[in-house]
Amino acid sequence: MAEAQIKPLTMNFGPQHPAAHGVLRLVLEMDGEVIERADPHIGLLHRGTEKLIEHKTYLQALPYFDRLDYVSPMNQEHAFALACERLLQLEVPRRGQFIRVLYCEIGRILNHILNLTTFAIDVGAMTPLLWGFEEREELVGFYERASGARFHAAYFRPGGVHQDLPEGLTDDILDWADRFPSYIDDLETLLTENRIFKQRTVDIGVVTLEEALDLGFSGPCIRASGLPWDLRKTQPYDVYDELDFDIPTGKTGDCYARYLVRVEEMRQSLKIIRQCIEMMPEGPVLAEDHKVTPPRRDEMKTSMESLIHHFKLYTEGFRVPAGETYTAVEAPKGEFGVYMVSDGSNKPYRCKIRAPGFPFMASIDQLSRGHMLADSVAILGSLDVVFGEIDR
Amino acid sequence: MTDMTTSNVPQKKAEMTESLKLQLNTLLGAKVLAVDVFRGELNFTVNINDIPQILLMLRDENGGSFTQLSELTAVDYPSRDKRFDVIYQLLSVTLNQRIRLKAEIGDGEVAPSVSHIFTSAEWSEREVWDMFGIFFSGHNDLRRLLTDYGFEGHPLRKDFPLTGTVETRYDDQEKRVIYEPVTLTQEFRDFDYMSPWEGVQTAMRQDDPQPVQDDE
Repeated sequence: MAEAQIKPLTMNFGPQHPAAHGVLRLVLEMDGEVIERADPHIGLLHRGTEKLIEHKTYLQALPYFDRLDYVSPMNQEHAFALACERLLQLEVPRRGQFIRVLYCEIGRILNHILNLTTFAIDVGAMTPLLWGFEEREELVGFYERASGARFHAAYFRPGGVHQDLPEGLTDDILDWADRFPSYIDDLETLLTENRIFKQRTVDIGVVTLEEALDLGFSGPCIRASGLPWDLRKTQPYDVYDELDFDIPTGKTGDCYARYLVRVEEMRQSLKIIRQCIEMMPEGPVLAEDHKVTPPRRDEMKTSMESLIHHFKLYTEGFRVPAGETYTAVEAPKGEFGVYMVSDGSNKPYRCKIRAPGFPFMASIDQLSRGHMLADSVAILGSLDVVFGEIDR
Repeated sequence: MTDMTTSNVPQKKAEMTESLKLQLNTLLGAKVLAVDVFRGELNFTVNINDIPQILLMLRDENGGSFTQLSELTAVDYPSRDKRFDVIYQLLSVTLNQRIRLKAEIGDGEVAPSVSHIFTSAEWSEREVWDMFGIFFSGHNDLRRLLTDYGFEGHPLRKDFPLTGTVETRYDDQEKRVIYEPVTLTQEFRDFDYMSPWEGVQTAMRQDDPQPVQDDE
């Protein structure tokens, strides 16, 4: 019998596929069921954020950051606010810093719930998603009570946060923080020792530490490869250096390790949330420099100067001294950086957004080569990609 | 944490940056055209053709310190002779330091690719090619990354219009999505809110409107 010639098959994955986590078109060259080459086509969600920001004042540019990684909006705003503050050399009041850290950690849990549960659904477990979204609902409720919006908050501002927390909110967050560990336990009973889940994730998509550094990995993905690197600890911003929390690391760098790191990070975030609420002092939440931050509403009724400040701030905006900065925060997905060039006017001259998901997406080819088709879905899920930030 | 330690942290950090600055200055020697520290961030201006060599030195010498290229991007200054700055943002996880390399490059000039040194540069260079039209020689796969298939122009150049040049819609007769030149139902408005009395006069901003003439 003559030898059969097997032709490599080119397969199109996405852009409309539930496991593509948004709009990813993955062109796969297959040898049977084994991936020979993966070529991601991204940009289907490209909205020209960086170009738009160049045409907006600093305050108008801020809401664009909610729309990047729409799973954890406030963490992105934080990077932009910190970048502005660094250029302006603006001090944030302590209460403002605590509120920001508190909401960043809420954002981290929001993100990890969504990622872990959709990851689980990608590899065949339905229940975690259904349970997880109940918890997420409560968390976006906290977002709403502080900022007025469930997702697109625009709550962090250069100089602090827009408004103080309403009364009773911290008690409700503490209440929730007491209940939440039981959800994490439930999630773990469903997944951590689950035979199917482990078969789908252990030893899949292994990244060594050298590879991770070379590929530009950060966040949970680099920690899963064994490096205790977390910007909250190594290059602390706001009040992170005063808080007590641990950095979980993995040993194997596979999909399972990335899952375990995220689960533990949720527990650590809870610890931070409790400390923030405990340590949060009374006082202003927004810097008092009214060239940058708006005056209080009641002042505007009586003070001419405040009225002028308000008018100037919402028409001309504030001007940022010329210079440049690269400011990065530890967003739930990894290092989220803002490289901002100011020319001294009221608009950023250039604002490059360094999204953590971008290098993850770039590594898909290297990670999924030689794996089965179904594993590429597991790898994609474990890397935690969101196209809002990758495509910008 | 006591007050003493909090006040010492920025000072200590500044000292570390300063010592790193001296150390890298001796390592790179004549390749450095300018060094500055702004807001605690170390900034080296270098020649674009030296970039691969410098990145190799920074990565491998001194026990392999700057092992991650966290960012590669460009900035457009159309009024300048060499209009682009290519920016390399490096991170060392052992020293816990970041440095930035900056190199000027003109329109139509070719930059050396660093994708063989840092894999993360592969997509970043594709993005810079897509957005700015800076060509990288030695890159294996310099396709456009973020824009549409068949897109023309480089959107992040300052002379590219914010509204773009083409728009798409579904055509019911042809039963497909068609591309058309952009038509604006309302004139494009880009308000300049700078105060006429104290606004900065910057040559960098190309779209600076003319000052309003008072006819009264």
